Amino acid sequence: MLLEVKDLRKAFHVGLIRRKEIVAVDKVSFNVEPKKFISLVGESGSGKTTTAKMILRLVQPTSGSVMFEGKDVWRFKKINELRRYWREVHAIFQDPYASYNPLHKIDRILYQAFNLMEHSDTDRNKMVREALREVGLRPEDVLGKYPHELSGGQRQRIMMARCYMLRPKLIVADEPISMIDASTRAGVLKLFSKLREERNTSVIFITHDLGLAYYVSDEILIMYKGSIVEKGPPDEMMNNPQDSYTKRLREDIPLLYGKWDGF
Amino acid sequence: MALLEAKGVKAYYYVRQGQVKAVDDLDLAIERGITLGLAGESGCGKSTLVNTLMMNVKPPLHLVEGTIVLDGKVISNMDRSTLQKNIWGVLVSLVPQSALNALMPTMSIEGFVKDVIRHHMSVPDSQIISMTKKRFEELNLPVEALSMYPHELSGGMKQRAVIAISTLLNPKLLIVDEPTSALDVCCQKQVLRMLIDLRKTGITQSIVFVTHDIAVLKQIADWITIMYAGKIVESAPTDDLLNDSKHPYTFSLINAVVTPEPEVRKRGLTSIPGEPPNLLDPPKGCRFHPRCPKVMDVCRSVEPTLVKIEGNRIVSCHLFPSES
Repeated sequence: MLLEVKDLRKAFHVGLIRRKEIVAVDKVSFNVEPKKFISLVGESGSGKTTTAKMILRLVQPTSGSVMFEGKDVWRFKKINELRRYWREVHAIFQDPYASYNPLHKIDRILYQAFNLMEHSDTDRNKMVREALREVGLRPEDVLGKYPHELSGGQRQRIMMARCYMLRPKLIVADEPISMIDASTRAGVLKLFSKLREERNTSVIFITHDLGLAYYVSDEILIMYKGSIVEKGPPDEMMNNPQDSYTKRLREDIPLLYGKWDGF
Repeated sequence: MALLEAKGVKAYYYVRQGQVKAVDDLDLAIERGITLGLAGESGCGKSTLVNTLMMNVKPPLHLVEGTIVLDGKVISNMDRSTLQKNIWGVLVSLVPQSALNALMPTMSIEGFVKDVIRHHMSVPDSQIISMTKKRFEELNLPVEALSMYPHELSGGMKQRAVIAISTLLNPKLLIVDEPTSALDVCCQKQVLRMLIDLRKTGITQSIVFVTHDIAVLKQIADWITIMYAGKIVESAPTDDLLNDSKHPYTFSLINAVVTPEPEVRKRGLTSIPGEPPNLLDPPKGCRFHPRCPKVMDVCRSVEPTLVKIEGNRIVSCHLFPSES
């Protein structure tokens, strides 16, 4: 088992005098096996991003555990264990612009990946160029440029190129394609599948669009108000949803060939 | 007569490096009683075009050439103060991208509405409020939202409130720029439903819907116009365009849409290779030729013109030569 999430719970406290508890994530459990594509689907506020942040060690859970290859990620004792975790688990966020320092050329974020690698004797320039070509970018188009000079699709592809260099075992992608153009979405989505086929990478894909999850997932988890309300293979979620919330999500997907009721 | 007619519109950004030809020699007519979908990749000039159509041009953007006639009035030579007084909000309203952030965080929705309406007419506050309440009811929006502050509302609710406020004075034309791109799929549907209600109730005559997502246009648009690099490449009724696209760009754009349908599953996931051109220096000939799968020699040197095919459809591609 690559990743085991068990009874994860996160409660936020608000207010100074009258303390109020907001439960963002409650009793979330799921497993990720190697080479599996898991999608977390739900509307904004359903707790999917908080779940991702707890897996990435960015937010500490109130209770429950996240086990990566049998070790609790919140109980690492040595810095080496933590470094290894950073190398094996890669995050891709919704706004690709926010992942870059606007004052540095994009080369930096790619070369920084070498700091996490064990063997640094490789030909760095060659490796960066190869990774860029893998994700469908021409190195001469992007190297030496600043983040604002690139399109959203290009920026997200560069994050994917980093994945090709680091070869993580798990990618946590939080709405990676909702901010990029419809014309390049399919291309970025295909990169995830390619990475999985070639490198056996597992992916946790977070989205509000059940339609996108349908194409690439092995398993879809539907989140609503902090809990998982339904899970199963994509075909079942699409053709035979049981939960009323899943049914609604399915009906809300815009279709290209069919029309919605009442439109 | 069409509600809005634009002829030979050239809108350029004057920047240090030269002119960005965001809208280049473009003709467009918006008929009465339709929802027109305007689609294209980011950076193709669609937002610039809709801003130019209502004459919201501020430096560095300039209207270099062209005339724009809205409801029988020539607006392309009006100055900003006349436009503000007589045209904007009254004849045409624009809901720009991320308009849900337009609401004032320290003001309730009610206060915001008063502020907006006072700019257009001098009526007592009580009348503004009763008018807004009536409109919210008509559009199935909760009236309680009026006394709330923006942070208390969801993204979809904010967007619907902004659209309702911008149509309070019954503009004949409503332009919405990517109204659902920042929203969840469930909120998206509510916003689209409201746009349909706006036309059904006769509040607005026509709607221009700008988006990069063609699946959304299938749901609400009667007619779709596709833009690429500052030019119109194809324009046709929605179903004709989706089922039988003529321009190779339209074809690739439709093929890039990912929806959970058997037709889509069969063709698989595809995307358009390459990036849209830099409009400071657009390619010679057809602007799509560097990315076009059906490129011919003539495309590299000669610019195609818009030609009429099959009724009212128009397309600009050398695969469809004009008869003359």
